[in-house]
Amino acid sequence: MKFLEKIVHKHEPKFAKGGKLEKWNPIFESFTTLVFTPAHTTKKGSHIRDGVDLKRTMMLVIVALIPCLLFGIYNTGHYELVAEMGDRSLPYLDQFWSKVGAGAFVVLPLLVVSYGVGLTVEFVFGVIKGHSLHEGFLVSGMLIPLVMPADVPLWMVAVATVFAVVIGKEIFGGTGMNIVNVALTARAFLFFAYPTSMSGDNVWMAGKEVDGFTGSTALGDLATFTSDKMMVAGSEVVEGTSQAAISAFENSYSMMDSFVGMIPGSVGETSVIACLAGAALLLFTGIGSMRIILSFVIGGFAGGLLMNAIGSNPYMDLPAAHHLLIGGFAFGCVFMATDPVTASQTAFGKIIYGFVGGLLAILIRVLNPAYPEGVMLAILFMNIMAPIIDHYVVQANVKRRLKRLKTA
Amino acid sequence: MSDLAQNQKADREPLFSKKNKKLVTDPLTDNNPVTIQVLGICSALAITVQVKQGVVMGLAVIFVVALGNFIISALRNLIPSRIRIIVQLVVVASLVIIVDQLLAAFMPDVSEQLSVFVGLIITNCIIMGRFEAFAMANKPWPSFLDGIGNGLGYAGLLVLVAVFRELFGSGTLYGFPIFGDYITGSGLYSMGYVNNNLMILPPMALIIVGIIIWVQRSRNKSLQEEH
Repeated sequence: MKFLEKIVHKHEPKFAKGGKLEKWNPIFESFTTLVFTPAHTTKKGSHIRDGVDLKRTMMLVIVALIPCLLFGIYNTGHYELVAEMGDRSLPYLDQFWSKVGAGAFVVLPLLVVSYGVGLTVEFVFGVIKGHSLHEGFLVSGMLIPLVMPADVPLWMVAVATVFAVVIGKEIFGGTGMNIVNVALTARAFLFFAYPTSMSGDNVWMAGKEVDGFTGSTALGDLATFTSDKMMVAGSEVVEGTSQAAISAFENSYSMMDSFVGMIPGSVGETSVIACLAGAALLLFTGIGSMRIILSFVIGGFAGGLLMNAIGSNPYMDLPAAHHLLIGGFAFGCVFMATDPVTASQTAFGKIIYGFVGGLLAILIRVLNPAYPEGVMLAILFMNIMAPIIDHYVVQANVKRRLKRLKTA
Repeated sequence: MSDLAQNQKADREPLFSKKNKKLVTDPLTDNNPVTIQVLGICSALAITVQVKQGVVMGLAVIFVVALGNFIISALRNLIPSRIRIIVQLVVVASLVIIVDQLLAAFMPDVSEQLSVFVGLIITNCIIMGRFEAFAMANKPWPSFLDGIGNGLGYAGLLVLVAVFRELFGSGTLYGFPIFGDYITGSGLYSMGYVNNNLMILPPMALIIVGIIIWVQRSRNKSLQEEH
C-alpha cells in the first residue's frame, strides 16, 4: 500500500489545477479517494455527525447486498441445472459446486457489464462537466444485475445501464439529485423496451427450451390464475375452485421455499432471508430507514388482506403473507424503497411513502396481470410522489405550529 | 407625387433581404418553435413513430402556417381586434380541411394513420402563436416567410425525433428495413438484436425531445436560463 501511495503523491501535481493532466483530474481523484480515503475519522470530543461519508455509506450497502448476491448466484445455478435436465424435482442442495459454478458463469458477466458500462458513463460525465466522480454508481451497479432475469442478453443490460445513468441520474445533476431509483429505472427500461426478454416462459431458465417444461416464475404462474386456463409450474392445468388452484400453487412454491428463496426469479431477489440479513445491517448502521421498511411491509400486507376480502379470483385469494415473500417484495422493500435520495425525507412522510408503496405494489401485481412487476412500478411511482408527500407533511407542521402560536 | 412613389420604391426591401432570410432560418435553430418555445409538443409525441408520418405532418403544418400567416397578414387591418381569434380560427380551419381532404384523396393510408391529428393541427399552438405574434403585426410577405420558417422548424424536429423512434423502435427508416427483417429474423436480428418497444411508446418521444433540447442548450450557452 505504501508504495502505491508514493506513486499517487508523486503524480498528484500533474492533475492539480494548471497541471498537464488537469482535465483527467476527476478520474485520478476518484481512484485515489476510492483507495485511500476517507482518511478523516472522528477522533475525540463530541461531534454532531460522525465520519460516515458517501463512500462509506455506499460500501456498507454493498456489504449488505452480498448475501443476496451469493444466494442469487447459487439459486441461478440451481435453475440453470434444472433447465438443463428438464427436471424440477432436482434436490436443492445436490451438486453444490457445479451449481455455484454455473451461477457464477451467468451472474458475474452481468455484474461486470453493469459496473463497466455505468462507470464509463460516469467517467465521461465527470470529465465533461469537470466535477469529481460520484460514488453513487457503486450501489446502483450492484443492484442492476440483482434485479435482472438471469439470462437477459448482456447488451440489453448495457443499454439499460446507459439509459438509467444518463436519463435517471445525470440529467438531474448526478448522485444525490436523482428523482427515481437508478437501478429500478434500468429494470423499468428493459421491462418496457424488451418485454419478451424480461418476463414470460422462456426467460427464467437461461432460455433453454425443454419440452413440456415451463420456466415461469411464481408471479408468472399467479398471473394465469386470473384467466380461464390456470397453469402452475410443471405445465399442469389446474381446474376447479380457487382453493385447488392455490393449493397447487403452494405445492410448487411453498411459503418456506419462497422465504428461503428456492424459487425462480430475478438474480438476487428471491431470498427473503438474504434480504433480511441485509436489512439487519442497514438498520444497525442507520443507513436504511426502519420507518420505510416496516410501513412498506404493513402496506403490502394490508394490500394482500384487501384483495383477500374482495377475492373474486384465485389470485386475489392468495394468502397475504405469501405476497410478501414473492416477486421481489422483500428486495424492493429493503434495498430500493429505502434509497435515501429518492425516498421521502420527513419522518411522517416516510411512513406514508412506505405504506402506500407497499399497498400499490400488491394492487398493481394482482389487479393487472400484465404488470407482474408491481413492486418496481410502485416504488418508482412513490419516488416521484415523495417530494409532494414531504411538501404536505412540512406544510401540515407549519400549520400546526401557527395554530399553537395563535392560541397561545 | 412621383417623388413619393419613388420614395416608396426605395423603401421597399428586396424579397430575400437579410432580415427576411432570418425569418426563415431563425426558427430552424435558435428559435425553434418546439425546442425553444416548447409549442406543439402533443403532436410531436403522437405522430413521430414513423418518419413518413412525421414528414407528411410536417408538410401539412408548413402549408397551414405559411398560407395562414399570409392570409391573416393580408387581412390584418380589416380584422376587428375583438373577434380576431375567431377570424384566425376560421382561416386555420379552412386550411386544415383542405389538407385533410387532400390527404384523404391522395394518401389514404397515411391519412388513416394520422387520423385525428390532422384535424388537431387547428389546435397546434405554433399556428395561433405565429398569427398572434407575427402575422397580425407584419406585412404579408415576411409573414409568409415566417410561416415557412416555423413550419420547417417544427417539421425538422418531427422528422429528427421520428428517425430515432422508427430506427430503434421498428428497425426501419421511412418504411425501409435497415437492420434486416424482423419477422424472419435476418440481418442484425439473427445476432440477437431486438427492437426497442419503449421507442414506440409516447414517453420515449418526450425523452428524445428532452435530449435534443439538452444538447441544443449545452451547445449554445445563450439559450440557458439563469437560475
